[in-house]
Formats: sequence, structure tokens, C-alpha cells
Amino acid sequence: MSGPKILVRDVSKVFPPAGGGNGAFTALGGVSLEIADNEFVTVVGPSGCGKSTLLNILAGLETPSGGEALVDGKAVDGPGPERGVIFQQYALFPWLSVRENVEFGMRSTGVPKKERRERAEHFIRLVGLERFADALPKTLSGGMKQRCAIARAYAVNPSILLMDEPFGALDALTRVRLQEQLLQTWSSDRRTVLFITHDVDEAVFLAGRVIVMAARPGRIHDVIDVDLPYPRTEEVRLSPEFGKLRNEVWQAVYHQDH
Amino acid sequence: MSVAAPPVTKERPRSAVRAPRPRRALLLLNAVSIALGIGLWWVLSVNGFQFPTPPEVAVRAWELLADGTLQADVLASLRRVLTGFLLGSLAAVAVGFLMGWYTAGRGLFEPWIQFFRTIPPLAMLPLVLVMLGIGETPKIFVIFLAAFLACVISTYQGVVDVDRTMIDAARVLGAKDAAIFLRVVVPASTPFILVGMRVGLGSAWATLVASELLAAQEGLGYRMQNAQLYYDLPTIFVGVIAIGLLGLFMDKLLQLAGGRLTRWQETR
Repeated sequence: MSGPKILVRDVSKVFPPAGGGNGAFTALGGVSLEIADNEFVTVVGPSGCGKSTLLNILAGLETPSGGEALVDGKAVDGPGPERGVIFQQYALFPWLSVRENVEFGMRSTGVPKKERRERAEHFIRLVGLERFADALPKTLSGGMKQRCAIARAYAVNPSILLMDEPFGALDALTRVRLQEQLLQTWSSDRRTVLFITHDVDEAVFLAGRVIVMAARPGRIHDVIDVDLPYPRTEEVRLSPEFGKLRNEVWQAVYHQDH
Repeated sequence: MSVAAPPVTKERPRSAVRAPRPRRALLLLNAVSIALGIGLWWVLSVNGFQFPTPPEVAVRAWELLADGTLQADVLASLRRVLTGFLLGSLAAVAVGFLMGWYTAGRGLFEPWIQFFRTIPPLAMLPLVLVMLGIGETPKIFVIFLAAFLACVISTYQGVVDVDRTMIDAARVLGAKDAAIFLRVVVPASTPFILVGMRVGLGSAWATLVASELLAAQEGLGYRMQNAQLYYDLPTIFVGVIAIGLLGLFMDKLLQLAGGRLTRWQETR
């Protein structure tokens, strides 16, 4: 048995005050966390609880002020293709077609053209965008853009997916559909997922474990195991067990004072 | 069944084609406007104003074309403006990228660009004439300067404005600095560069004519300056119209090329 996939040990992040005044902002104050291989973990919390900062540190886009973040036992040092990131604002390259977007990472890592083609094809099909492979992002709806971003992240074959409120900008119906699709994709092609959201329902529906964070300073407030079976169907979503867990997470998110 | 199936919403890509604008109506109005303008010119010229009438100008244009003067002038002017404009744009893109991408580049170039931006390129002409003589070089140089200064700030702004998340996205996909620059920053700032080039072209064209008024042996500006000495109004009119039409034509060409390069942009 090897160590945890992701190990966060006493990580803090302090942002210097804007404009050089006093009053530095402590986004994270000593967060510790372990995530096992192939686990699906969601993080919920009020704004300012540092959940995005935590994700950015794991992605290697920000460096911690203290403590350490380890992936596969190695300290995170800058971004890398083994850690895929999905952003809330999709961050597709608008001048590239869906296919070219999906191939972008593979070009960076030097995958030969033919293999690139095939793998792009595979992941585009996996997210159901095969009819739009040659379309430009501007012609896609928000949900389709995010699916393209998911295919793009998958295509470089990361062992970890870091998702920063990926469905936050979508309408409620599209959201539910994408949640189900994401779980489908995940169960057919397992990765370790750290998924950030501000939606309690979403957090419970997706996760095997929900991490609730609190603000000022950003810290872990509570960890709630979700022992509902996968695949998570609509029946699961409407079951009393789901309701109970949702209430529990809700209490933890909205009543952090006691 | 108590559990309702989730609604199956049909997916369709948002239409990239917007409702066609009333193009025909616009073109018709354009034509009417041009006809009215020429009509007004005609009416004024036969009512005491010292304009040549449109037919007089047309006849002169024909004469100048027949003996090859107009073609030679247009060619001479175009050669200058295109050389200066292309060199200026190229330099502007290079310097703009250096300024946007490297703090050192910005620190080194910015004071000079801010300084020269406040000087109309034409005001440099006397100095340039003294330094570089009266051949082609000084004229091309001031045009270069005009195009460069108009385009460099815009390019710089384009590089600075590249969406941070887009660069992060490229980084987490494994792209290194060189790749991020070539495959993200360059395409993302293309719209800004094109706007800069359009402004630069206008500026280059304006500077050209003025520089030819001061020191040239051929070219549209020279021809007009020469005609002024002989009170040859039709030739001046031919010059003005030729400059206007050429400028318009070049701008359209650039706009067309730009439209192709930036087809991916979201139209708001």
C-alpha cells in the first residue's frame, strides 16, 4: 500500500495587502488533508475560505507561504500535465476548434500527430461533442464549452483532476446533466478528483467525501463521508439518505459559529 | 412512477450567424449619399465657387492616366507608404511584445515611446531631412515612425491584456514559456495588433502625403504641390480623390485580412 495520492501538510497562504498597506490576508491558515488514489473529493465553503487557493497550490499555480503540498509523495513545484485543471470560466482557446483545444496539451507534451488525433477523438466522443469537433468555442453553449475543457484536461492523461467550480456559471438543468456525465466519465476512466463548489447539493451528489471549509482564516471546518453507492442515479439524488447528508453538509457550511 | 425523468433538452450550438444586417439598404444609402455629394459639388462649382466641375476633374484624371503621370505618382506613393508601414508594423509588433512580456523591455522602451508619441512624425521631418538627405530614406523613415508609434502601444496593450486564466490553462496543459508565447499570447493579441495596424496605416498615409509636399520629385503629394504653383485646381482634385480612394482601399484590404484572422472572436 503506497501513501496518499495527495498530501497537504499544514499549508498556509498569506497574501500581502493590496496597495502595500497593512493587514495581510490569510487565505489559508494551516490546512492538512489526505486524498487517496481514485477518490472523488468535493470542497465546499463560503467565499474567502481559501478553497480556490488550495486548488491553485495543488495545481502549482500558486506557492504556499508555509507547509507543503505533495502529490505522489513529491512536493508540488509548478504546474504539470499529471495534474489537470478545469476552470470555472472554461479557459478554452477561442482561436482553436474543439479538436485543436483537446489536442493542445498533447502537442505541448510531444505526443505524435497520429496518436494525438486518436486520443482527441476518443475524449471528444467521451464528452459527447463528436458532432462539434471542428466548431470554434464561440459557437458552443456554456455546458458544451465546459465539456470541451473536460476532454482537454483528460486528453493529457492526468492522474489528478482539479476542478474549480466548473459548473458554477451554468444553469441548473445543464448543471445536473453535467454532474451525471462527469460521474459517468469518472467511473469509466477513474482519476483522483478534487472538485470545488459552492453548491451543497453538487458537493454531496458527486463526492465520496465532502470537505467543508471555513473562512478567516481559511481552514477545514468539517469532513463528511458520503457513503452513497455509485453510480449515483436520480434515485440516489432524491433518496432520504441523500437528503440527510445534504442537511448535514448544509449545517456545516451555513452554521459554522458553533 | 414517482420519479420524473430529467427533461431532455435538445442541444444545438449557438448560431454563429447573426441576423443579416440590412446590407442592401445600407449600400443603397451609401450610393445615394455619394451621388448627392457629387451633385452638391457640381452645383457649388457652377455657382461662383472656384471649384472645377466634376467633368473637368474627370477629364484631367483621364489625361493624367493617359500620359502615365497618375500611375507613376500612385506607384511612387504606394511604394513609400507600404515600405514604411510594413517596417513600422513589424518593429511595433516586436517591440510591443518585448514590452508586454518582459518587465525589462517595458522599462527600457517605455520612456522613448511615450516621448516620441507626443511629437507628430512630420515635426521630425526637418531634422530627418538634414540627417538623411532628400532621397527616399527620410520619407520612408517618417512613415515608418508614424506607423510604428500608432501600432506599438496597441500591441503592448494586447499582450498585457491576455487573459491570465488562458495562460494558466496552457501552463497546466504542460506548455512551457516559448510555447505559451507562440501559441497563446500571439494569437490572443492578434485583434489588438490589427487595430494598431489599421490606425498605423491611416497615420502612415497621412504622413506620406505631407512628406511629399515638402520634398519629392514624384508622388501624389508632390503632384498636388506642383499643381498649386500653376493654380491647376483639377489636378489637385484628382490628387485628393486618388489619396482618399487609395487610403480607403488599403483600409478595407486590411480589415478583410483582419476579419479572417480574428474570425474566432466572440461578437458581442
